[in-house]
Amino acid sequence: MSDASMTRSGLTLAAIAAVCTTLVALTFQLTDERIDANRQAWLEQSLQPVLAGVSFDSGIIDSQLTFPSPNALPGAGDAIIYRVYSAGAPAAALFVVSAREGYSGPIKLLVGVDADGAVTGVHVLEHRETPGLGDQVETGKSDWATQFRGRSLGDPVSAGWAVRRDGGEFDQLTGATITPRAIVKAVRETLEYYAENRILVFGVSGDPAPPDEVSR
Amino acid sequence: MNRIAERFRDGLWRDNPGLVQLLGLCPLLAVTTTFVNGLGLGIATLSVLVVSNGLVSATRRWIRNEIRIPIYVLIIASLVTCTELIFKAWFPALDRSLGIFIPLIVTNCAIVARAEVFASRNPVGSSIVDGFVMGTGFALLLVTIGAFRELVSMVWLLALLPPGAFFSLALAIAVKNAIDGRRGEKREDAVPQPTRLVR
Ligand SMILES: Cc1cc2nc3c(=O)[nH]c(=O)nc-3n(C[C@H](O)[C@H](O)[C@H](O)COP(=O)(O)O)c2cc1C
Repeated sequence: MSDASMTRSGLTLAAIAAVCTTLVALTFQLTDERIDANRQAWLEQSLQPVLAGVSFDSGIIDSQLTFPSPNALPGAGDAIIYRVYSAGAPAAALFVVSAREGYSGPIKLLVGVDADGAVTGVHVLEHRETPGLGDQVETGKSDWATQFRGRSLGDPVSAGWAVRRDGGEFDQLTGATITPRAIVKAVRETLEYYAENRILVFGVSGDPAPPDEVSR
Repeated sequence: MNRIAERFRDGLWRDNPGLVQLLGLCPLLAVTTTFVNGLGLGIATLSVLVVSNGLVSATRRWIRNEIRIPIYVLIIASLVTCTELIFKAWFPALDRSLGIFIPLIVTNCAIVARAEVFASRNPVGSSIVDGFVMGTGFALLLVTIGAFRELVSMVWLLALLPPGAFFSLALAIAVKNAIDGRRGEKREDAVPQPTRLVR
């Protein structure tokens, strides 16, 4: 190829890349708001099932609290927390966190913890794991995530908070150890955060008491 | 008119991307567990194919041979990204259920095959028709296999598992060949159809 034709090819590629980028940017602009709204709706829809077995009489959604990054919860960015109360006393907290060491990027999780520090449920909100392997952690695909229910920092003790292959007490998936390992770690870190920051979670300055007039 | 009907016969039957050319088998086998999943991925693939054929054809005069593949990849990847955003915005439940298979439309070789074999050598209108016809052929196959597996899984769970996908596709190809064979017996002049794709 001569220099001139090389330049021409380069320019064609650049022009088409510019057009394609514009197309994607415009679509993003057009869909951005709806995608955020859908994401929030999906999160809100998943809150209740994660609280299975907890009795509470306060609203969930309006109890949202944002801990700006950096914070000690797993995942990058702001952490979102929901709190529920029973007769004014803390009943459970829900954490939106992300497991950073997934097979294909971060895995967004919802982790529910009751007042005693036991897990009420774990739900995978978003992930990019491989279909048929890592995606079995999804609630609809297998019951893998149910094994966390009722577990707490003392049960099992710290070395047990790992997948079996690493000497822990949690099942991995057949042919997929990386995804479960990442999630077990994130759940454990969430529990540790909760153990140390319980007061921060349930009563932050400016938001001291549970909102008692909110109905369920 | 006759030519359009002929094109539909090619895309839907004689040259069906899934049944005859055996392209795009990964999504075909993976997502066809239900009718709705088949339809969702079918429509997504169809839309990408129509627009990519249109764009490739519209730019074919400026695109030199040496850089055509990166350009197809660029066009197809952008269109798939847009499709993914549109699904996330307007069909969130379907998007969650199809998951990574929407972005993976990028790797569906049926799309790049139509760009290379057809759109790069034909006018825009004709290329759009080709994208539509081939996309419809692929989508109909996804929907058929999806519906079949969903129905059979009510009595036999294997239909939902990976072997079920292979058996269903094999059955679909066998049925097609049986029908073609029977037709061939009636018409003595029938010769085996070579696939149009140069591989
Ligand atoms: C294409 C491909 C995709 C994979 N996807 C995942 C995945 O999503 N999650 C995961 O934990 N492991 C995945 N693996 C497997 C890991 O590479 C690793 O082998 C496995 O997690 C180790 O588990 P094992 O020791 O039980 O075999 C994938 C492997 C391949 C080749």
